[in-house]
Amino acid sequence: MLRRFSAAPYMLWTILFILVPVFMVLFYSLFSPVPAGYALDLDGYHKFVDPLYLEVLWRSIVIAFKSTLLCLLVGYPLALILSRITPRFQKILVMLIILPMWMNFLLRTYAWIPILGRNGLINTLLGSFGVAPLNLLFNENAVLLGMVYNFLPFMVLPIYTVLMKIDRQLIEAAEDLGADRLVVFRRIILPLSIPGLISGVMMVFMPAVSTFVISDLLGGAQITLIGNLIKDQFQTVYDWNFGSAISMILMVIILLSMSILNRYDKRERGVSMW
Amino acid sequence: MKKSIVMVLILVSSLVALVGCGDPQQLKEDKKLYVYNWGDYIGEDIITDFEKKYGAEVVYDQYATNEDMYVKIKQGGTKYDIAIPSEYMIEKMIKEDMLEPIDLARISNFGKINDRFKNLASDPGNKYSVPYMWGTMGIVYNSSMIDGEIDSWAALWDEKYAKQILMIDSQRESLAVALKKSGYSMNSIDPAEVEAAKQALLEQKPLVLAYVGDNYKDMMIGGEAAMAVAWSGDAVFMSEENEDLIYVVPEEGSNVWFDSMIIPKGARNVELAHQFIDFMTRPDIGQRNVEYIGYSTPNTETLALLDPETSGDPAAYPSDEVLAKCEVFVDPGPAIELYNRVWTEVKSAK
Repeated sequence: MLRRFSAAPYMLWTILFILVPVFMVLFYSLFSPVPAGYALDLDGYHKFVDPLYLEVLWRSIVIAFKSTLLCLLVGYPLALILSRITPRFQKILVMLIILPMWMNFLLRTYAWIPILGRNGLINTLLGSFGVAPLNLLFNENAVLLGMVYNFLPFMVLPIYTVLMKIDRQLIEAAEDLGADRLVVFRRIILPLSIPGLISGVMMVFMPAVSTFVISDLLGGAQITLIGNLIKDQFQTVYDWNFGSAISMILMVIILLSMSILNRYDKRERGVSMW
Repeated sequence: MKKSIVMVLILVSSLVALVGCGDPQQLKEDKKLYVYNWGDYIGEDIITDFEKKYGAEVVYDQYATNEDMYVKIKQGGTKYDIAIPSEYMIEKMIKEDMLEPIDLARISNFGKINDRFKNLASDPGNKYSVPYMWGTMGIVYNSSMIDGEIDSWAALWDEKYAKQILMIDSQRESLAVALKKSGYSMNSIDPAEVEAAKQALLEQKPLVLAYVGDNYKDMMIGGEAAMAVAWSGDAVFMSEENEDLIYVVPEEGSNVWFDSMIIPKGARNVELAHQFIDFMTRPDIGQRNVEYIGYSTPNTETLALLDPETSGDPAAYPSDEVLAKCEVFVDPGPAIELYNRVWTEVKSAK
């Protein structure tokens, strides 16, 4: 009884702020307003099957994939180092990783503009060595940088948490049995850290594939991602039907990729994020 | 069991706290004015002065394009008492019955507005709108980064300045520039002409450094780009900050626009909104406003208060000859679909 009641606020929250909005998006993607109410309208989905928009979708997936991979390549070693150092340094380092997140996301992203600009920090520095100004801002690499910069903590923290939980005795046993460091990593540490790695990948991929702020600010609204396409439909074009249809398509893609990852996760461990 | 009763009580009381707003709150609402304005479009402290004079509290929000403003008000759920759109958007909003009539008898300063800016085609008789500012669209360029002078929209397609060109991230303005450059009216809704404009924009895309909002001012002042599509008032402000910046209305002609204050339907504080409009049209307030934001005033008494350097600036107060070549935007009506499609295509292209 008590358990049921204490769950009620969370249920209410979930229904009000997650389920209802999702159903609203679904509704708008299937129906559009006519003078007498709402009528079935699948135009949004039809419209999306156009090489132009499919390319935008593909571009978003590729760039999200790249940023996830980069976060993994940078984040995993960082998490590994973090799990190995003395607790005092650990605290400081974890703090340093989390610290930027105390600042507003927009501000953090905005700050890259004066750093990367033509007369920005980097170009001024390079200029003093006689290097002509580089176009660092408003291209795909700038967007990628913005994503890795913003989402890296989401990769590092889950991996770090999992690594910390690995039983040291397992590693010692492997070493006693003659495994060198590479084998220990490959056979013990890596397999045991897979759940953290998968959470990290999900937590980076999801915001990366749907962001529109980073591509607007650092891509100069030139690199249109699926998030920008959706935002434009709602904010400037006023085509809620199309915008909702794209949102649904994106949601399905994210769900699919997560279920694939999840299946892999279960095979490995039997425990999952869900 | 007792605990669960407590839980329920907490839940219910928090819901009540969320939903209910007692009388004191209601009283406060009476003196609250929700203002929705363009970004960077009001002088410093003017709102504070209004609040002091009328004992009101102003809640101030900003938008970047007419379309953003329209969508937000159209979708409902907002409670803006004042917005300041351009003429073609006002025309659209009147057509869609989105505006509250304005009682000109309560706008004591209305008579001080130059007749030229009254009775616009978008709102004959000023039933729904009172002029705020006006200006033109053009090109602002950095003379230290460009050889010679710019006098044509074609400059924005000059490969010599690849990746040094800034465009506005707004469909109406960008299409207007492309239409004019291709030799058509910026109000064209002819599919073939709009298609030509789309091709021009696609061709231009590799040369564009970025499609920007209000931050183009900082970028031009900081020398981040050589030229940008700009509004006259912004150009006045920018050239004060950076002397190399020059504003020109291209010889093909451009857009002349008039932003006016309106009261959206559903406004809660129509009375206070009228007081706000009257306050904003006061000559001394107008003067402070113009001196800060740089746009051109429609108010004859405000104009007289400005120092001659400002009122004589051709960027802000162009000659009749230049103005004769400029067009006022007309609401594209259903052709907005075509505009939307074209702009989405341009933005989505690689």
